[in-house]
Amino acid sequence: MANVSRSPWLLHYDGSSCNGCDIEVLACLTPVYDAERFGVVNTGNPMHADILLITGGINSQNAAVVEQIYNQMPNPKVVCAVGTCACTGGVFKECYNIKGGADTVIPVDIYVPGCAARPQSIIDGIVQAVGLFQKKHEEMKKEKK
Amino acid sequence: MEMKQIIFVLLYLVCAPFIGGFLDGVDRKLSARMQGRKGPSVFQPFYDVIKLFQKEPLVVKRSQTFLVMTYLIFMVITGGLFFAGMDLLLCFFSLTTCAMFLVLAASFTHSPYASVGCQRELLQMMAYEPMVLLTAVGFYVATDTFYVKDIIGMDMSAIVFLPGVFVGFLFILTIKMRKSPFDLSTAHHAHQEIVRGVTQEMVGSNLALIHLAEWYETVFLMGVVALFFINSNPVSYVVALIVVLATYFFEILIDNVSARVNWKVLLVSTWVVTLVAGGVNLTILVLMHR
Amino acid sequence: MNLIPFLICFPFVVAVFMYLIRNNKIRNGVAYVSLGVIMATAAFLLVDFISNGARASAYQVENELVEMLILIAEVGLMFLVVYQCIRYKKYLISLLSVVQTLLVIWLEHFGPVIADTPQLYLDRLSMLMIVIVAFIGGMITIYAVGYMHGYHHYHTEFPDRRYYFFSLIFVFLGAMFGLVLSKSMLWLDFFWEVTSICSFLLIGYTKTDEAIQNSFRALWMNLLGGLMLAIGIASAVFQMGLVDIQSIVNNGLIIPIACFAFAALTKSAQLPFSRWLLGAMVAPTPSSALLHSATMVKAGVYLLLRLSPALSGTMTGTMVSFVGGLTFLLASLLAISKSDAKAVLAYSTISNLGLIVACAGVGMRQTIWAAIYLLIFHAVSKAMMFQDVGAVENSLHSRNIENMQGLIYRLPRLAFIMLIGIAGMYLAPFGMLIAKWAAFKAFVDASNPLLIIFIAFGSSTTMFYWTKWMAKIIGPPRVDTPLRDVTKKNEYASLYIHAFFMVVICLLCVPMSKYVVLPIELDLFGSATMTLDSADIMVMVILLIAIVVLPFICYLGTKRHKRKHVISYMNGVNAGDNKNFIDSFGEEKQLYTANWYMMDYLGENKLLTPCIIVSAGMLLIMMCLIIGGAV
Repeated sequence: MANVSRSPWLLHYDGSSCNGCDIEVLACLTPVYDAERFGVVNTGNPMHADILLITGGINSQNAAVVEQIYNQMPNPKVVCAVGTCACTGGVFKECYNIKGGADTVIPVDIYVPGCAARPQSIIDGIVQAVGLFQKKHEEMKKEKK
Repeated sequence: MEMKQIIFVLLYLVCAPFIGGFLDGVDRKLSARMQGRKGPSVFQPFYDVIKLFQKEPLVVKRSQTFLVMTYLIFMVITGGLFFAGMDLLLCFFSLTTCAMFLVLAASFTHSPYASVGCQRELLQMMAYEPMVLLTAVGFYVATDTFYVKDIIGMDMSAIVFLPGVFVGFLFILTIKMRKSPFDLSTAHHAHQEIVRGVTQEMVGSNLALIHLAEWYETVFLMGVVALFFINSNPVSYVVALIVVLATYFFEILIDNVSARVNWKVLLVSTWVVTLVAGGVNLTILVLMHR
Repeated sequence: MNLIPFLICFPFVVAVFMYLIRNNKIRNGVAYVSLGVIMATAAFLLVDFISNGARASAYQVENELVEMLILIAEVGLMFLVVYQCIRYKKYLISLLSVVQTLLVIWLEHFGPVIADTPQLYLDRLSMLMIVIVAFIGGMITIYAVGYMHGYHHYHTEFPDRRYYFFSLIFVFLGAMFGLVLSKSMLWLDFFWEVTSICSFLLIGYTKTDEAIQNSFRALWMNLLGGLMLAIGIASAVFQMGLVDIQSIVNNGLIIPIACFAFAALTKSAQLPFSRWLLGAMVAPTPSSALLHSATMVKAGVYLLLRLSPALSGTMTGTMVSFVGGLTFLLASLLAISKSDAKAVLAYSTISNLGLIVACAGVGMRQTIWAAIYLLIFHAVSKAMMFQDVGAVENSLHSRNIENMQGLIYRLPRLAFIMLIGIAGMYLAPFGMLIAKWAAFKAFVDASNPLLIIFIAFGSSTTMFYWTKWMAKIIGPPRVDTPLRDVTKKNEYASLYIHAFFMVVICLLCVPMSKYVVLPIELDLFGSATMTLDSADIMVMVILLIAIVVLPFICYLGTKRHKRKHVISYMNGVNAGDNKNFIDSFGEEKQLYTANWYMMDYLGENKLLTPCIIVSAGMLLIMMCLIIGGAV
């Protein structure tokens, strides 16, 4: 069984957020936190990505976009909701245009809480997502057999 | 074909992906260190490719796969011709054909980013092609042969006659190896839409094949760099190896200290360097030759 | 041995019939039969020539009547030009024709004594040209029968004057045969004049303002060439009493050769005379195909090849090769900005001819090898491309490259031929590249760094415009509506034969070099060497097979793969497919991706005038230096 966990490529999508978590995610990829030491690469393309990081809530405009991007990712794939808004809708939850967290449109695997989520917890979330990525890969292989 | 050439070709076919991948890993590690990070393992490129082969095969248009495969196979053939000691000009023409297959594969879907990447890739080809051809001509004027196997059998290294051409070749090597400041169509860092336009619609194993082709290409290009230094003396092989490593380091350094330029600067600067370094060197050589 | 006069005269006779027969069906039938006769004659001549050991032979025409006929025709042509010029108020142009005709007539009948010389001559180069003209020209004419039918069907705004069109085309073919068989420069000049005026009439066929404008541009440029030719002949007559081209070349007469070279440059549309060929695009496609591939422009190149032994190392040679090299580079730069397929082909023609001219100008054995190779490949591939674009235009009602997106799905057969044609124009390991490769080596051997730089830059710009065209063809179509392929059977016949020849001459380039190109070199120079090693060419052939077979194998290999389809990436806003997206107002919009033409930098309006000024200046200065130096 191939070890795919050493090469998790990320796609970062920022939904309806205050941009706090957005900036924290990018901060993880700066030299200070150096997510690349885990093999993480920040791609700009769902077709190359293994892990989808979503920050911010889902509103009626971006719901279709999130869904489409998710569908363009090849299996195995993991979704990680970063920050309170992406988990539940956060402070915007009651707004007229907000549907709620990312799990209202796509299946979310890992929830990283925080407002804004700290880089440490984001990296922790990614590391857990990587574990799940490997597990899903193994399941996929088994299913194929 | 002599025994030596056969061994070279076999070594190339078998080892090039490993050497290329390893060099790629070194590149990422060194870049990380230059930026004050720990960086990934030097084997990271292999991990990436293994993973890409494991992913579910998605396609936007199915026939893209065969163009990508043809690109890879032609790249292998190009390097094979070079290490078999064949005509250098032929190798470069074949390299152009490879690049053309990449462009066709990229433009196959005509999606917005792929189109932008494809046109940019064409621009880059247009920028570096003259210098590539002049390099081959330079070798011919310096050594009276286009054959790689004869060039490495010369008494004196070609670099003695071709310092300008070497400088020009280093310059376009930055484009060819997709390093900043000239990585307009496909960059190795910060994979975002426009700068990864060429590979936008290539998923999983297709992308892995592109990576493999790039590794073969790296080894081929480094072979050309070595060709400037190799002569009949065995010591020159060691010198060539050191120069190749230094060149590779130099490209990484350039990559990390420069920002991406726009296409006009790319085109004009490359052509000016080609004319000044390559053209002048060649003119002097030809006139001396006469 | 009566085949040669027959070959020249027969097309002229057919032309008269073409003009007189006003029933389309009967005329088409007569055209087919006569083309068959022309091709058969050329084939017989070829067999006869080879069975006689391919010896060059000259023929004396001892008939006063023939001389009389030519005189009458010359005067007639002059009056035709004068009439047309007065009719469209272009008085100055008529002067070019009058001066030239009177000069030639005076030389012939009242001037100094001219050494008696056979008028006709057949050697390997002439034979090659005859084969090209008869078969490629003939095929284009067959194609034209079908094409013109469709053309007048869709373009009802132009009067149907097909009798006139076909009559001109046959005159053209006859004149070309005469031109390549002439030994006497006086005869060559006459046929030269006929092709000039024929092309003028063909370009003006539709009689639109643009067509008239362009036809007169073609006329004055070609007449200027004709005038130079006449001046060259006069100079040769005054110097040594010679009109025989071989003697002039062997004696290395500087002024006549410079004048002839100048004339050849105008005929093969080199800068600064390129604009007539671009303007010729307004004519119906078969005439562009004929002008660009087999006949008109090849006449100039043919003359240069004849002159080439005398060009080596001379000032004239430098001028010719410099103009050719410059044209090769600049025309390919200009082609980048063009989205009209025919304009791209026109620029590419000019550019390729530039390469041939540069090779001829260097005048060494190796460069001539490359030049002849280029000539053959160019004739076949360009003829094919023009016919293909014409056929696509009839079905697509556009010849804009942008509209050809997804042509491989919409008109698969035509698109496939187009891909072969494009690949043949620039890609390793197809024909043109072999020739380009040889030219490269030859220029290095000729120690000409400037030409090397021209060709290096020119190759890279050439690649740009061909590849983006290719990419457009294989892209996904913008609209799904099927396209009806209205291409006629006779058009396809011509296209398939061309495509077949194209592949065959690529595969058989080694024997071709041995039995065709090297002997021609031997004729011209007395010795021959191959520029490329056979081993190199063999590798090329292997690559060629690889490039055809590999994608096919890969295609079969991947065909069985089960792959899930996804929509292409547009930041998640695709409207369910790859063709439309949702804009910021929530509305669906069609995606339009266009190629990059760099209009702001390489457009005709930016680049063409400076190019013409620079090249005209260079040409003028060099002509002055040559003539001044000789006098």
